[in-house]
Amino acid sequence: MTKNITLNLISGRTIQQGVAIESGKEKPSYRTACGIIEMDNADLKALGAWKNTNVRVTSDHGSVIVKAIEATQGPHPGVAFIPMGPWANSIVDPNTYSTGMPTFKGTPVKIEVTINEPILLGIELVQIQCGVKVG
Amino acid sequence: MTKTITDVICPFCGTLCDDIEVVVSDDGKQLLEVYNACVIGSEKFLHSQAKDRVTKPRMRQDDGTWKDVSYDEAADYTAQMLAKAKKPLMYGWSSTNCEAQSVGNEIAEISRACCDNTAAVCHGTTLIAVQDIGLPTCTLGEVKNRADRIIFWGCNPAHAHPRHMSRYSIFPRGFFTGKGQMSRKMIVIDPRVTDTAKMADVHLQIEQGKDYELLNALRVAFKGEWLPDVVAGIPKEKIREAADMMKSGRFGIIFFGMGVTQSLSKNHNIDIAIAVTKDLNEYTKFSIMPMRGHYNVTGSGEVFAWQFGFPYSIDLTRGFARYNPGDTSSIDLLVRGEVDAMFTIGSDPGAHFPISAVKPIANMPSVCIDPHLTPTSGVSKLHVPVAFNGVETGGNCYRMDNVPIDCRKVVEPPAGMLTDEQFLVMVRDRLKKLKGAA
Repeated sequence: MTKNITLNLISGRTIQQGVAIESGKEKPSYRTACGIIEMDNADLKALGAWKNTNVRVTSDHGSVIVKAIEATQGPHPGVAFIPMGPWANSIVDPNTYSTGMPTFKGTPVKIEVTINEPILLGIELVQIQCGVKVG
Repeated sequence: MTKTITDVICPFCGTLCDDIEVVVSDDGKQLLEVYNACVIGSEKFLHSQAKDRVTKPRMRQDDGTWKDVSYDEAADYTAQMLAKAKKPLMYGWSSTNCEAQSVGNEIAEISRACCDNTAAVCHGTTLIAVQDIGLPTCTLGEVKNRADRIIFWGCNPAHAHPRHMSRYSIFPRGFFTGKGQMSRKMIVIDPRVTDTAKMADVHLQIEQGKDYELLNALRVAFKGEWLPDVVAGIPKEKIREAADMMKSGRFGIIFFGMGVTQSLSKNHNIDIAIAVTKDLNEYTKFSIMPMRGHYNVTGSGEVFAWQFGFPYSIDLTRGFARYNPGDTSSIDLLVRGEVDAMFTIGSDPGAHFPISAVKPIANMPSVCIDPHLTPTSGVSKLHVPVAFNGVETGGNCYRMDNVPIDCRKVVEPPAGMLTDEQFLVMVRDRLKKLKGAA
């Protein structure tokens, strides 16, 4: 059975995300900057995953493949971070509790190793989930 | 011979840096170098010169391919879409100038649309809190010249507002803060040890989502009353240390970001943060300011509030402005399937809305007005590329402290490309004819 762990997901800006959105969201650099999940070393160990391994992150609201990397702004055991973008937004809690604001921070997620699954490009990821026909 | 243009405004974040220098070619058609800007700002200026940029409006065909169309055809489609729709949503506005926003509001009024800006996924909850209990705030100039206690709550300016600390909040030597960073104390509240937190005198590594509790504990600590041993993961001694540091300053400021606006308690987190500011004014002078993200999201709120009376989440479907976040806000409208046409300008809901709010956009008539290729343009029926505001056209913008600053045009857009405002005027005039409006 594949090992998995449950963490509390938050999303937010990083400077690499900022540069990537301004240099073109159609480019692989956007995926490099935002198609990742930053995890604490202790959590990577608990999952039994090497750094830079592809993982599937699943919440009640969806599922997405991203690359698990070591936390750049840690330690933060128990908390996982995906930079804001379509990868994070595939799984965040859309409930606004009548404020208009989705709950982008604090979504419980399950993480499991999926070495062979590819990480999609940003625009491709949204198009596939929305069922857009691409010529 | 190249020309150097000084005092250029950076159109990336709400800090709206006004000291950028840009080198352009002699004919003013090419932007060659950017000085003083952060790495994100430089990229924004330089990407306008990309050779693979889309310069013509494109319509998605049935087989999924794009077909180039003229701006006239694009304006026809947009006007007809808005005229036919029962409840169109006009979303975005934060990466364009106030002049374009104002034309957009005319269009919204004629087509009886719902209007919203990116505060919906940013500081919308802040706006609710400000309406609840007010906002004791100041300008960034006052922070630079006076503030000696700087609190960053749930924000990470080292990444999101890269020059904020060097221009206004931590490093500059102001009139009463002559020793720069030496004359300031910095407190950071964040569940991660962010690059901002690493610079702080005190970092409170709060349990995620417990901001309300910690802010309340600070109010107790100011008064020296009893506290539990640990609140939100922070020992009481550390809370008292932070509280004493805040009280002992001459002028303090709380900057807050998405850590508080997007966590579970949402607007109530801001309510209590403003109450903390109010409490602190019994001991010293304190202010509070939201760290606005897009360079002109503040301006969009100003223009909405000036023309419709509310800063975001406006519903004009009944012919007058209604405001009820949760009911009239974009995410809720989309998730509930109440919208029948989507008009996006100067923002990217495709990338920054939860996916369940993006899926409906792909299944309705939709227009995306954006110079970049984005997930939103990727799911829209019509993509209208326009000139980069703040680079290829000027216009008024509002900094995060509500100070209006005129952006400057530094380089010519590619031949034949329109600005946001020019395209919106074309749509407005067509819509007026379709609707028989005066």
